[in-house]
Amino acid sequence: MFYREAGDFKTSYAADSQTFPIKFDRWRYYAVLAVAFGVVPFLINDYWANAVFVPFLIYSIAAIGLNILTGYCGQVSLGTGGFMAVGAYAVYKLMTAFPDVPILIHVLLAGGITAGVGVLFGLPSLRIKGFYLAVATLAAQFFLVWLFNKVPWFYNYSASGQISAPERTVLGHAVTGAQTTASAKYLFCLVILFGLAWLARNLTRGTVGRKWMAIRDMDIAAEIIGVNPLTTKLSAFAISSFYIGVAGALFFSVYLGAVEVGEAFGIQKSFLILFMVIIGGLGSIFGSFAGAAFLVLLPVFLKNVLVGQFGWATDLAAHIELMIVGALIVIFLIAEPHGIAQLWKLAKEKLRLWPFPH
Amino acid sequence: MKKTLTALALAMAVATPALAELVVPNLSYRTGPYAPGGIPYADGFNDYFTLLNERDGGIGGEKVATPECETAYNTEKGVECYEATKGSGALVYNPLSTGITYQLIPKVGADHIPLYTPGYGRTSAANGKIFEWVFNYPANYWDGASVAIKYLLDENGGDLAGKKIALVYHNSAYGKEPIRTLQELSKKHGFELVEIPVDHPGQEQKSQWLQIRRDKPDYVLMWGWGVMNAVAIQEAANIKFPMENFIGIWWSGSENDVLPAGDGANGYKSLAMHGTGMDYPVYADLKQYVYDAGKASGAGDQVGSVLYSRGMYAALVISEAIRKAQDLAGTPAVNAAQVRDGFEALEITEARMAELGLPNFGQPFAASCADHGGPGAALLQQWDATAKKWSLITGFIAPDDEVLTPLVMEDSAAFAAENNIAERCN
Repeated sequence: MFYREAGDFKTSYAADSQTFPIKFDRWRYYAVLAVAFGVVPFLINDYWANAVFVPFLIYSIAAIGLNILTGYCGQVSLGTGGFMAVGAYAVYKLMTAFPDVPILIHVLLAGGITAGVGVLFGLPSLRIKGFYLAVATLAAQFFLVWLFNKVPWFYNYSASGQISAPERTVLGHAVTGAQTTASAKYLFCLVILFGLAWLARNLTRGTVGRKWMAIRDMDIAAEIIGVNPLTTKLSAFAISSFYIGVAGALFFSVYLGAVEVGEAFGIQKSFLILFMVIIGGLGSIFGSFAGAAFLVLLPVFLKNVLVGQFGWATDLAAHIELMIVGALIVIFLIAEPHGIAQLWKLAKEKLRLWPFPH
Repeated sequence: MKKTLTALALAMAVATPALAELVVPNLSYRTGPYAPGGIPYADGFNDYFTLLNERDGGIGGEKVATPECETAYNTEKGVECYEATKGSGALVYNPLSTGITYQLIPKVGADHIPLYTPGYGRTSAANGKIFEWVFNYPANYWDGASVAIKYLLDENGGDLAGKKIALVYHNSAYGKEPIRTLQELSKKHGFELVEIPVDHPGQEQKSQWLQIRRDKPDYVLMWGWGVMNAVAIQEAANIKFPMENFIGIWWSGSENDVLPAGDGANGYKSLAMHGTGMDYPVYADLKQYVYDAGKASGAGDQVGSVLYSRGMYAALVISEAIRKAQDLAGTPAVNAAQVRDGFEALEITEARMAELGLPNFGQPFAASCADHGGPGAALLQQWDATAKKWSLITGFIAPDDEVLTPLVMEDSAAFAAENNIAERCN
């Protein structure tokens, strides 16, 4: 009944190879976009923006970035937190050094700087694989955090080592700093996420993405059919780091406004984003969104239910929340090792046949 | 996802707290590596307001609600807690975290809610000319650093030249705060400063204490928090560092920090902003109205400890500021902006402290438009491992304002320049 292909005729190659070939899927996608751009900005308040939407959007960018590297190209990385820190400190240095340049350019430049750093730390991937590569990227994580703590130039010699975002505007609306409205924050992140997700989706459908997947599935076979492992792996590191750098820049400038590197970009952040990718589904753009939503929204939701509705003590609720989230992750991965994206896919297959499953 | 959102919306709609007239959110942390500090503080904070509600019917006849929100000392959760509670008519925030304070300083300025950070937070907020909404009296980190050095000067006959002093600090905004002051002081007094960072959460300090063992500093100062304190004191005992030469900031001087090291912690010193123990008349009331009535916050096992006393002290200052605001505004139902005025006009005298049941507990102070930092004096206390008790070994020592005032001015001017803030109070 839903997701039916019958009657959905394609008359050109372009139409046949579009991202959402099924009409129902396409309309659902447009509906989500319409709600996200046309409805949410008018309803959003500070709480919804700062506790739910903005972190969800930013973590989605980071998860897409890591998914490109780990899900599409098969290179395990534990350096995500460190790369986010590069994005955050890059945007801070740029914002304070060139206050007249638009913030959007700074955010993209910060992504570019992170891409460079990512390539540098991606070089070992040409020689080492799997767990050993994970350890090498772990070194990046610790080195970068140490660097931003150690060298005062990065935090403009402030007394406490904190960096804080000054006010910057887009089209006359503040998007960083304390005066930012909830909808400005949300829209700024949403526009960037939309652009990057669209780009990622199309990259992974094209030559670049197919090369990544060839390397992921079997690197020797890929090399034999003419995929250059050097450019393929390094392009995955560069593009993935670009996304993660943009996420780090937004995380600092739009979401938190002030960060210290050890606390905001520590190893736990690397794990959090890796878990998002694994739970959401490796090698799936939708999975990145689903994983980010799962790990951002669920704790907030549980906290509101347990403390707000049941009136439990806050410490008890916090502990139970850890247990519930942990248990759900395990249950999810046992029930569907390929993540939420796979569940979604199965649901679509079922819906396609429904109500006549045979 | 949509379903989750709808359910979330439902949960949010029902989750609005019961409306009381005066809301003082308690952003606490009872979980994670900093819980040893967060639990007693939150209990003391809650219990004092419970006492006011039960004994006096609130402040000026208005009941006080202290909705609690768990931050786990984490800035992201801190932001969520702030946003979740600010809509409920929050009058003042006291997040007990320097990291969260840095986040909230710009936000409270935009939302017009006062932020009270006694003994922590951004030191230069003491300059009320720049930081209109932030208050950190009676003492701050730079005061603490200066008091510790003054005490060491006294110990050494006024001369620290050629001495080596190590600073073991939590590698975060909190731990880094005193460095600038100590650097200035080391120039002034000619001692050598060795900075030794400890990374979050501070459970692993073997290499740091190995370095101390090798460098043999004459004194060690510590800016630690949570489990880091207990680990540091244990490590110091392990390398047989003379405990009487080891001085912690007031956040590194609670029972939870020294008890795990047992006899090894004997003689450890720390700064204190206030007295401690249960020898104050207020505890008779607390016992009658709160503990015996079964209304104690948490497990009720932290009563009388150092950090419990500090939470109570913070609650006391906040309640006095609200009272002052009520006087100024002429109405018991004050709003956040009026409470800010109350904080700025607040004066706490020794007579008032005695009246509140806490004689000789804290230093008297008076705030003004320009001065949000108070006098900044501090005491020194020493741990007696056999009696399991802190004893005060000095009176209030005043900090070296000659060094501190220019530093505060410089740092607050930098903040003002970054954020285009014009000076007030002129």
